[in-house]
Amino acid sequence: MTISARDEVLARIRSAIVTAVSPDVPRDYRAGAAADVELLVDRLVDYRAIVHRCAPAGIAGAIIEAADAAGIDRLFAPPGLDPAWQPSDRHVSIDDGTLTATDLDGNDVGVITTCSVAICETGTIVLDGGPGQGRRLLTLVPDHHICIVLPEQVVGAVPDAFRRLDPRRPLTWISGPSATSDIELKRVEGVHGPRHLVVIIVEHVPGSNSAP
Amino acid sequence: MSDRTNLPVYAPLGVGRLQGDRTFPAAAKIALADGQLRSNLRSATATIRAKRANVVGEVADWEELRRAGEAIKASTMASLDTLLIELERNVVANGGAVHWARDAAEANRIVTGLVQATGAKQVVKVKSMVTQEIGLNEALAAAGIEAFETDLAELIIQLGHDEPSHILVPAIHRNRAQIREIFLQEMPGVDRSISDEPAVLAGEARRYLRKKFLETKVAISGANFAVADTGTLTVVESEGNGRMCLTLPDTLITVMGIEKLVPTWTDLEVFFQLLPRSSTGERMNPYTSTWTGVTPGDGPQSFHLVLLDNGRTATLADEVGRQALHCIRCSACLNVCPVYERTGGHAYGSTYPGPIGAILSPQLTGLTGDGVNDSLPYASTLCGACFDVCPVRIDIPSILVDLRARHVEAAKAASRIPSGERLAMAGVGWAMAGEKRWQLAQRGAGVLRHSTRRTTIRRLPWPLSRWTASRDLAKPPVQTFRQWWATEHEDPS
Ligand code: SF4
Repeated sequence: MTISARDEVLARIRSAIVTAVSPDVPRDYRAGAAADVELLVDRLVDYRAIVHRCAPAGIAGAIIEAADAAGIDRLFAPPGLDPAWQPSDRHVSIDDGTLTATDLDGNDVGVITTCSVAICETGTIVLDGGPGQGRRLLTLVPDHHICIVLPEQVVGAVPDAFRRLDPRRPLTWISGPSATSDIELKRVEGVHGPRHLVVIIVEHVPGSNSAP
Repeated sequence: MSDRTNLPVYAPLGVGRLQGDRTFPAAAKIALADGQLRSNLRSATATIRAKRANVVGEVADWEELRRAGEAIKASTMASLDTLLIELERNVVANGGAVHWARDAAEANRIVTGLVQATGAKQVVKVKSMVTQEIGLNEALAAAGIEAFETDLAELIIQLGHDEPSHILVPAIHRNRAQIREIFLQEMPGVDRSISDEPAVLAGEARRYLRKKFLETKVAISGANFAVADTGTLTVVESEGNGRMCLTLPDTLITVMGIEKLVPTWTDLEVFFQLLPRSSTGERMNPYTSTWTGVTPGDGPQSFHLVLLDNGRTATLADEVGRQALHCIRCSACLNVCPVYERTGGHAYGSTYPGPIGAILSPQLTGLTGDGVNDSLPYASTLCGACFDVCPVRIDIPSILVDLRARHVEAAKAASRIPSGERLAMAGVGWAMAGEKRWQLAQRGAGVLRHSTRRTTIRRLPWPLSRWTASRDLAKPPVQTFRQWWATEHEDPS
């Protein structure tokens, strides 16, 4: 009888680790940090993302401003994106699950989403495919990504994000636009992902019920 | 089951890329003659070193994170069998399939078969060291399947019929003019009017590859991490080619060394802080993707994970050397290594260059006493800079010393060296065993060169020949690497 690769590799491992000891893992690194929106803005700008800050009522206006500045003609959004955020005088196509990469390909295409978590210390936005975030395809193929960050989505540090995220969902961690430094270490924005990242940071309005 | 099948096995040579065709000193000699390479390397490593120091300096708990990373990896190795079974169970429970491969040839057979089953004749690939290690592209080509590298640097390497020279920036040995030439000669449908501006070249790669992404049905990736308790896989990248490969095709095949595992999801919070800052010197890399099995309606609907041994269990069996399996491939140790900075990656002959390559490649293939990879543990000055920057605190210098001793043992056992040399090697082993002694021996090397007959010097193995071969010494060195390093590279912190 021939032994399977699985059983053989596992047997090799067992004989290899007889002398291995498992140390206790010291967890005295920082478990988190306070959210600091100014820091988030600083990090995003450092990655050369375009940052807008506005009150909830200003989201639609900020989207129009961003779309016009970037020459975006076709706007897409995932299901579940708050209709109140969508500019009333622009057509926004909602993904019904049948859009293909070819439909979304083009330098004049932009997608509007929100996120699951935004991490201040690293300037990272995490999407988990939930309502208002959509399929991964949607935030990958268009040349422009406009992401709306709500106050309750902002966390301080990387460990804070891990406490909130569900690993069973497909997660995309985005820190600035796509970039490469492969040629003479010169940073070039935009290789395959969206070349332009616009982040609309929604300010907490005292007394509003969207506050954390 | 016989006892023999329980024993860890080295990676078989002859398939893949774990060993070059010449020893390190011989290959280094060629590299050192290449002025372009040396100046590219010097400026690249200096730039990344400075960026890294800057972003590491702003993390108050960096040492705590390093110690946590080290311990997580050590505990992973101690339970690797049960953790892999847990990973397998969770991947399968989420709609993926898991395959096991004893070695490179078996992994190549599995992947080729999976691609053939889809009927695809082309695949897109995300930069992955492990598929280079096993020579997957060649195996696919032999089966009539064309593999397209999609990372910009890997594309440059592939189009230029070249080999990577750095873990993070594999085409660091090419400048913009050379890259433009490669594009003009090798890229189908290239715009012949392109300049050599990096942005223009990157734009041309985007145009060329986008078509491939939109039409290719099968993608092959590596993995930076796998999480046992959730079955989650991770790819860390910059350009978005990884996201393309992980999102657009119908079928995704991920090839992963068995060591790339962490026990729990929250363990990743440590590595997501350590890796980007150590690697590109960024607070976070532009894109990280994590996925667990298959997500209905989103991304590839068929997912295969191939778990590869290929000498890793042999490395795992060594009490000192098993730390090499903790490596998260950040490349920080390359950028601080005075030897790497001069020779570049090609001299190491393997997919894994620099200090990590010097300890990993010979352990994967085994030390035979006279093998090409036996020269790698000597490709170091033991200055310790690699340990200081390693985000998971791999004690590379100690492993190098240990491997040198193992090389001498292997050579003795093989009785392939004359007794006079064996004596000299024993001396070398003694010198290596103590840091202070080694420093003294380095300083004394020039003296020895003059006090011993020339023929004897020629026959001495690497540590001493390295000084004459790679530094072109007519006279004893005024400075050793260590002394040079201390004066040239003030610790930025
Ligand atoms: S050995 Fe350490 S420093 Fe070198 S690549 Fe691996 S993790 Fe990075």
